[in-house]
Amino acid sequence: MKKTFDNKAWFLVLPVFLMVLFNSLIPLMTVVNYSVQETFGNNEFFWSGTRWFEQVLHDRQFHESLMRQIIFTGLVLLIQIPLGLAIALCMPRKGPWVSVCLVLIALPLLVPWNVVGSMWNIMALPDIGLLGKAINGLGISFNYTRQPLAAWFTVVLMDVWHWTSLVVLLCYAGLVSIPDAYYQAAQVDGASRWSVFRYIQLPKLKHVLTIAILLRFMDSFMIYTEVIVLTGGGPGSTTKFLSIDLVQKALGGFDLGPAAAFSIVYFLIILFLSWLFYTLMMRGEAK
Amino acid sequence: MARISFHDLAHAYGPAPSSPEHWALKPMTMTLEDGGAYALLGPSGCGKTTLLNLTSGLLTPTKGRIEFDRVDVTHKTPEERNIAQVFQFPVIYDTMTVYDNLAFPLRNRGVDEATVATRVKGIAGMLDLSSTLQKRASGLTADGKQKISLGRGLVRSDVNVIMFDEPLTVIDPHLKWELRSKLKELHQRIRRTMIYVTHDQTEALTFADKVVVMNDGQVVQIGTPVELFERPRHTFVGHFIGSPGMNLINCDVRDGKAVIGGGEVATENAAKYKGGARTLQLGIRPEFVKFSSEGLPVEVTKVADAGRFNIVSVQAGNQPLKLLVPQGAAIPSGSAKVAFDPARARIYADGWLVGDDARGAAQ
Repeated sequence: MKKTFDNKAWFLVLPVFLMVLFNSLIPLMTVVNYSVQETFGNNEFFWSGTRWFEQVLHDRQFHESLMRQIIFTGLVLLIQIPLGLAIALCMPRKGPWVSVCLVLIALPLLVPWNVVGSMWNIMALPDIGLLGKAINGLGISFNYTRQPLAAWFTVVLMDVWHWTSLVVLLCYAGLVSIPDAYYQAAQVDGASRWSVFRYIQLPKLKHVLTIAILLRFMDSFMIYTEVIVLTGGGPGSTTKFLSIDLVQKALGGFDLGPAAAFSIVYFLIILFLSWLFYTLMMRGEAK
Repeated sequence: MARISFHDLAHAYGPAPSSPEHWALKPMTMTLEDGGAYALLGPSGCGKTTLLNLTSGLLTPTKGRIEFDRVDVTHKTPEERNIAQVFQFPVIYDTMTVYDNLAFPLRNRGVDEATVATRVKGIAGMLDLSSTLQKRASGLTADGKQKISLGRGLVRSDVNVIMFDEPLTVIDPHLKWELRSKLKELHQRIRRTMIYVTHDQTEALTFADKVVVMNDGQVVQIGTPVELFERPRHTFVGHFIGSPGMNLINCDVRDGKAVIGGGEVATENAAKYKGGARTLQLGIRPEFVKFSSEGLPVEVTKVADAGRFNIVSVQAGNQPLKLLVPQGAAIPSGSAKVAFDPARARIYADGWLVGDDARGAAQ
């Protein structure tokens, strides 16, 4: 059979290239453009080299929000991944309750982000909110607009409520795809419930968990809307995460150069950490 | 080691059905002797895997009892029954080495490491896995993985019964022969009850001492391969076993004599027919039909070369019939006459062998 070559086929890929160009490459290059120059308006630009980058990297505020961001994301991953996995393991595999459970679990994912923020904002209010009032009723002083710890507690709880569902759904999908024969073989082999989890379910969920961790990492590292609505970064700047810091610099201070440099550093951190997670979790797969 | 008996055992997926045809496994009573090599043979969906899973305890029967050595185990778990089972598709523990995979059933039961090492090495040697023992099990080929599954089934020395659910489906043909003879050899050495589920008659007939033929949720015959061939109790067995299968010709029985197309045919059991059947058939294997000067008039329609034999297709009236004629023997063309070996020609009423009292045992 004779193979035919027709390079015109490349035109079919063109729309994709164009889309990528307009929605990521061009905006990204604009940011790069701002990050190495100084502007005073009137479309006048002056070359400033790596000055903005140096400024951002030595900025104490940036270090602090980065630290807060890492702690927040770490907490979120530590809670949501095991919790999501545990809930998925408890869910029924067949029967009429499957769809009920799935709908209930998926519900938080359908709520718009700023609505999530408002909901928890009202719910955690110490005087009229259900949660805030209940905690205070237990004799614990709780006011997230004044106490950093209370603010952190509310923010993390909100994120757990909002996003654990995603981990549950991913893990559940992974669990139901394990063939029955594995469980039957384990039963015949006399494996304990823990062994079934450790040697069958966990290894089979490896890929799904990798994806869940990556998604949750990226999303929580970029969290903005819910937190800005809930605490606005406060009290003080105790819940000011990277994205909030960035928006304040770019829009509040109108420091376009440093903000652009900030954006690029932010992007590179996420890219690097995502790569690191992926490489670590996929290690040994090629063997 | 155990003698396994089923008492009025039946299973339905879902609630107990009202009409008999909805049972996945229809009520049956049967005993498997201790140390026997049994094969459950039948087409897909005939209930053989259901019977196997009931035996191993992965399913709880809708009704009836299962006994191991007269002890009721109907509601016991697979672990309590102390059985081993190998599944159709390889099941391996991905994160473990081959060695750990084979050792898993032993370690779960608290066997000491020295014994584990001897057992695992013995089984690995038998299955040609010795060189891969320290490798990760997930890196092996499908063949290798299924060998691990087999090995995990065989590694324990104290099991009551070892069950194989079409274990060689994913194995290459040349390895199939080898593994099957290994299993047979192993059975002769350890003399443990083995049940082998398959839809392949060659596999069943070469592995088993006794074959349990199943069709449509019921056991139609239990017998040695020779019995199944020479004296099928049901037309299904005659048709399913043998290549080509048994000839079945619609006939009539008058005064204890079989009648086909107006001519009488001598049979082994027509005299035992007591009447009342909806369909009457004469069954005879192609091996026992001969061209002759006297007998049933037929038209020769096709001759197929099958190596040592020719398979000759003929029409008797409007009914097809096959003969096996040794290579080199003369084959008439056009009109001819065929005769049946009277000791091998049998009458089947509604599918069941006429005058066969042992029929109840299989039901």
